[in-house]
Amino acid sequence: MSTSLIGARVQRKEDYRFLTGAGQYTDDVELPHQSYAAFVRSPHAHAVLKKVNIEKAKKAPGVLAVYTGTDLANAKVGGLPCGWLITDVKGQPMKEPPYPPLAQGKVRHVGERVAVVIAETLAQARDAAELVEVDYQVLPAVVDAAKASKGPKLHDIAPDNTCYVWALGDKAAVDAAFAKAAHVTRLDLVNNRLIPNAIEPRSANAVYSRAGDDYTLYVASQNPHVERLLMTAFVLGLPESKVRVVAPDVGGGFGSKIYLYPEDVVVTWASKQLNRAVKWTAERSESFLSDAHGRDHVTTAELALDKDGKFLAMRVQTTANLGAYLSTFASCIPTILYATLLAGQYTTPLIYCEVTSVFTNTAPVDAYRGAGRPEATYVVERLVETAAREMKLDPVEIRRRNFIRQFPYQTPVALQYDTGDYDATLDAVLKLADVAGFPSRKQQSLKSGKLRGIGYACYIEACGIAPSNVAGSLGARAGLFEAGEIRVHPTGTVTVFTGSHSHGQGHETTFAQVVAERLGLPMEAVEIVHGDTSKVLFGMGTYGSRSIAVGGTAIVKALDKIVAKGKKIAAHLMEAAESDIEYDKGVFKVAGTDKKKMFGEVAFAAYVPHNYPLDKLEPGLNENAFYDPANFTFPAGSYVCEVEVDKETGATTIAAFTAVDDFGRIINPMIVEGQVHGGLAQGIGQALTEGCRYEDSGQLVTGSFLDYCIPRAGDVPSFKLDTRETACTHNPLGVKGCGEAGAIGAPAAVMNAITDALGVKDLPMPATAQTVWRSMHKAA
Amino acid sequence: MHAFEYHRPASSKDAVSLVSKKPEGRYLAGGQSLVQAMKLRLSSPSDLIDLSALKDLTGIRTSGSTVEIGAMARHAEVAGSAEVKKAIPALAALAGTIGDRQVRHMGTLGGSLANDDPAADYPAAALGLGATIHTNKRKIEADKFFKGLYETALEPGELITSVSFPVPKRAAYMKFKNPASRFAMVGVFVADFGGKARVAVTGAGPSVFRQAEMEKALSAKFAPDSVAGIKVKPDGLNSDLHASPEYRAHLITVMARRAVEAALK
Ligand SMILES: Cc1cc2nc3c(=O)[nH]c(=O)nc-3n(C[C@H](O)[C@H](O)[C@H](O)COP(=O)(O)OP(=O)(O)OC[C@H]3O[C@@H](n4cnc5c(N)ncnc54)[C@H](O)[C@@H]3O)c2cc1C
Repeated sequence: MSTSLIGARVQRKEDYRFLTGAGQYTDDVELPHQSYAAFVRSPHAHAVLKKVNIEKAKKAPGVLAVYTGTDLANAKVGGLPCGWLITDVKGQPMKEPPYPPLAQGKVRHVGERVAVVIAETLAQARDAAELVEVDYQVLPAVVDAAKASKGPKLHDIAPDNTCYVWALGDKAAVDAAFAKAAHVTRLDLVNNRLIPNAIEPRSANAVYSRAGDDYTLYVASQNPHVERLLMTAFVLGLPESKVRVVAPDVGGGFGSKIYLYPEDVVVTWASKQLNRAVKWTAERSESFLSDAHGRDHVTTAELALDKDGKFLAMRVQTTANLGAYLSTFASCIPTILYATLLAGQYTTPLIYCEVTSVFTNTAPVDAYRGAGRPEATYVVERLVETAAREMKLDPVEIRRRNFIRQFPYQTPVALQYDTGDYDATLDAVLKLADVAGFPSRKQQSLKSGKLRGIGYACYIEACGIAPSNVAGSLGARAGLFEAGEIRVHPTGTVTVFTGSHSHGQGHETTFAQVVAERLGLPMEAVEIVHGDTSKVLFGMGTYGSRSIAVGGTAIVKALDKIVAKGKKIAAHLMEAAESDIEYDKGVFKVAGTDKKKMFGEVAFAAYVPHNYPLDKLEPGLNENAFYDPANFTFPAGSYVCEVEVDKETGATTIAAFTAVDDFGRIINPMIVEGQVHGGLAQGIGQALTEGCRYEDSGQLVTGSFLDYCIPRAGDVPSFKLDTRETACTHNPLGVKGCGEAGAIGAPAAVMNAITDALGVKDLPMPATAQTVWRSMHKAA
Repeated sequence: MHAFEYHRPASSKDAVSLVSKKPEGRYLAGGQSLVQAMKLRLSSPSDLIDLSALKDLTGIRTSGSTVEIGAMARHAEVAGSAEVKKAIPALAALAGTIGDRQVRHMGTLGGSLANDDPAADYPAAALGLGATIHTNKRKIEADKFFKGLYETALEPGELITSVSFPVPKRAAYMKFKNPASRFAMVGVFVADFGGKARVAVTGAGPSVFRQAEMEKALSAKFAPDSVAGIKVKPDGLNSDLHASPEYRAHLITVMARRAVEAALK
């Protein structure tokens, strides 16, 4: 125990289970009296449900029940709620159309659920689902955000398909600054829609118990407590005590498993109707059609500069596509998590952002790795790089002229950055990427018919959305704290219950490192438990890179209470004053003496309280804590991307990618690097290969991996990574979070590099070979 | 997937007779196309007649001027075959570009040709080399085998047993992959038979096709410059999310020139 576990490359505890096939995912859970559900989904993007005939399906072999939206309405099953209320520019609440779990009256996107068939076997359920006859009266559809307000109306409550028009900033002051600017850079940008594609598809398996009149739902979810809260309080009208939600091993989420989905509600409700366990697992095609998608912004962005390249003001006008219904956190992504990030790493004094969020005949859109922040970074960093080119300034120099250097820093878009050192990450990345050697590499590439370009991105991220009261004043309908519990067992081993959820992030290792280090115990003495509402006291789950900063801090707070109580017990055992007890590396000592008690001895005394101050102290050693952060954390970093473009075909490869991040204090560098690798791969995917496309009719063109291209290992280079550290000032670990950074910073770096290589102002993402070839063709 | 009956006959004769009795039955080779279609419920055969026990459909035999490969030869087998690598290295290399490792260990030559996916790779080699497709009934010239989108000269129940590839002086295959599926967005196979060249293009049209203008130029002189200036007409070429007919037409020329360069290396 001599070396610190904080900062150590500890192998992931969970990997043995995952790599040897011992992981327990929702679909692995087989319950007694299991039955299986198949959903009948709309093949049309917009249609009136004239008739849903379930008679044939009901009579098919093995079928237990067929339900439609009418059945759910009759049973008073509510619609899915939205967790964030946005108030529009006129002070009116956003339009919240009903989101019934099974369609009622109308369908509004391809893949919307029209009916569910539950049968003895999955094959029977699927066969019978084909027998459900639906008479659709097809309506015209609209899929593009930019065309939504003039398109056919989806919801009666929103005649122009507008959910809200929202704004942040002082428009008059911004306009005035633009009027006086020496230079204005303007870009029309599209932030392409993405389909998350976690490796484990969504899955839900619910069982009702007549004995307890209660339900258990196993579900691939990032936040089981929130799922339970939304489902019980808003949809099924049940007390939380009657529903246990378990999110067992979950194979990735990237945001797409934050939300309460219709399928989860339907299987839970049906389990009581049938008194059977009901399981549904998405096929990959269903994932493409019905998981919440990400991004999908159309933006006009302008940056006003003085003659020296100082940023004077920024003006941003965005139309955000929310899809057909409001997914759980859809409304806050293009507003609260987007406009507030537009200061980036710069001192831009005035920023105005107006966001129009619209409904279209597409799958709902919600948070996806980065959630608003990649979109903001894309706007800022494309603008900055373009401004540098237009003003013939070095893109590094223009950034330096505008960096924030004094902290805390209050941005004009509500956030207050606590700390950072943007020069440090930029200096480091320039060196690590050997930017000085770029001109010669460019010459080298030219010799083999390749155009080489270099691009930068200096991103800022706000993680661990907080504090709850501020979020509440901005419309959040939930708290944003985290809970943790430390249960010390009589022998001195420890079980930690956290409201954070791990679906790939490695909490079982990182959190155990924190606990083992703080208590001075070996890693093996610490077990991390998450994902079960009947074990964990409460939790807000994992998203927005909040786990270590918020969930980790809750654990630390509970640990402090354990140590404080331990000191009391130790003082009694050693007949010393409590104030003389010191705790270090697993040992309680009386200061200035050689008297000591091991952590295990104190724990044992707490549970076998024979020699114990029972008159003053409760037995047992079990503490919990709720932690509501004082502020967001602000990870930041500098990325450099080099691309090579094949002049003949337009095929673009990432020749090099270098990232230097400031995540504050790092607990496990190996896990952090893994997070950065994954984030960068997804960011590169957005820039080069991934683009969700709907036909004008609303059919999903990219409905499988035959057409939707997530990057493979060969599509990304071997990343060069490093970190710089400014510790977060308002949590005890000094941590900031690292889960989304790569996906936030990479797209702008890649597109800045490609536009540099081609010498063009802009190019749409994804920059596929054809897109690049066309651009060169036009230029030629 | 719908339910089906599974059969695993021990001889080609049994396989053919089984299929003749089951009008909705299909041969199952590597299952890398058929099973996908069944999972999506696009194909629902009543019976699957698994060819994996048919010894007479396996093996690779070289005899001077031809390489004969059994219909059930897996892509990985062809890619790794020392014989094929020696006789027609371009063919082995082509097999090595198909799908991923798992697909290459299941998918077969016969299955690929019978399926005739417009973006499949093997059809380019078969047509580019002027192969002969042997069936339980007859021999079919590659030029007469590929009929159109997913359409071949095979009659219902006809079984491909092997394919003979003439050994060229030199050949090469250049594949521009569809970024998502990794099938050929445009694949060009060029072969030089000494004064007579063949050029087959896959991925670009409804089915694999020969490019006459390039063949003529390369027959006169097998050199990159012979094709570099040939502008292919986009008419009739495939159009999808990934590539317009114009882009595909452009890529045919680039891939053809690169294939000639590679063949000459
Ligand atoms: C992920 C993935 C990636 C792929 N990538 C590529 C690629 O890059 N390039 C490429 O070319 N292909 C690719 N494929 C397709 C693959 O090569 C298939 O193996 C091939 O197309 C079909 O061969 P099979 O042996 O699997 O045939 P099956 O799927 O078993 O059969 C296909 C059809 O051929 C018929 N058939 C099979 N054998 C015979 C026979 N001997 N006589 C008559 N009819 C027969 C079957 O009845 C069926 O109709 C990919 C497949 C997958 C799943």
